[in-house]
Amino acid sequence: MRLAICLTLAALALAALAFAGPSAIAADTPDPVAEAKAFQKYFTTKFPKLKPEDFVNGPYSMNEDLHRQWEEKEQFPPYEFSLEAGKEMFATPFKNGKTYGDCFPDKGIGIRQNYPYFDEKEGKVVTLELALNRCREANGEAPYSYVKDEMASLTAYMAFTSRGKPFDIKIPNDPRALEAYQKGKEYFYTRRGQLNFSCATCHVQEPGERIRAEVLAPALGLLNAMPIYRSEWSGMGTVSRRFTTCNNQIRGVPLNPQDEEYRDLEYYLSYVSNGLPISGPGARP
Amino acid sequence: MASTIRVRATSNGDITEVQALIQHPMDSGFVKDAQGAVIPAHFIQELTFEYDGKAVFVADWGPAVSRDPYVKFSFKGAKKGDDLKISWVDNKGATDATVAKIQ
Repeated sequence: MRLAICLTLAALALAALAFAGPSAIAADTPDPVAEAKAFQKYFTTKFPKLKPEDFVNGPYSMNEDLHRQWEEKEQFPPYEFSLEAGKEMFATPFKNGKTYGDCFPDKGIGIRQNYPYFDEKEGKVVTLELALNRCREANGEAPYSYVKDEMASLTAYMAFTSRGKPFDIKIPNDPRALEAYQKGKEYFYTRRGQLNFSCATCHVQEPGERIRAEVLAPALGLLNAMPIYRSEWSGMGTVSRRFTTCNNQIRGVPLNPQDEEYRDLEYYLSYVSNGLPISGPGARP
Repeated sequence: MASTIRVRATSNGDITEVQALIQHPMDSGFVKDAQGAVIPAHFIQELTFEYDGKAVFVADWGPAVSRDPYVKFSFKGAKKGDDLKISWVDNKGATDATVAKIQ
């Protein structure tokens, strides 16, 4: 008898939960400001010795030995060739006489911290890489590959002119912007690939730990250092390259660079690093 | 084209510390491209740092050195403001040289 009552109660409780389910989700509109604060607090609590701006140095901020390596590396950084090439390309006019600077506010100097932004006319997120290729196409030039070489050089130069400026990503008062943010967040926390890892598995749960010989970078400040020269790649890579290789490494199928999902992801990940200085171009092991 | 060699030579009393970064593909000859064709070997064979007409550092390199190599060493006997000449020759006979002032 008693057992039967218990079971009935349990069934009732389950039914109540099932009803509460959908309405609870509907009420759960994201609060980016609070989320970004909680996100940053998680990392500063996990690494109490680090100042917020230290996180932009990725794995190099994670232990003292690596930090010494980084200091040495920064004296003679491996991204120098790319940076110089980028500076030259940026100043070289297109066939029609216009330059990259004409496509951007402030002539493209010192604006990296505002990208990606939400374009209310288009209703989508626009990243710096996308804006650069659109600039090329608008001026009758063929777009560059999103992952390396020219694109990395250009973004390296644009990041360099913005060094030290804090990330300043805005979410305009537009439900589509909030949706893009939310989608980016979902992408970040969704497990995928044969290894069943999400972005957060490595970069939120385990930063500072080793994955084979590499030290994992914290998600906070991850994009501040883009583009990066990775010794592993023997070359430069953009945000697009980082995202696609990450998906490959967890044995997933990467999307195409600058697909909407990646743009939303970049939007989310940049937003939660708001306030941290741009440090790109960076060098990574 | 800009020089393929970046050098920084700093004198610290008696000792001059030299750092150099060289832009070179350093292809080993064992790597295939996306089409499956072998990328021919292309690497620096000799790198020389000369001070006052004398070689202070000579490196005999082979295909095992990685792309865009970096070198750091120090030597005695140079003064601030002196010239340090750096040159390399690769296996295809290409060469580049630059002169840096010791700071």
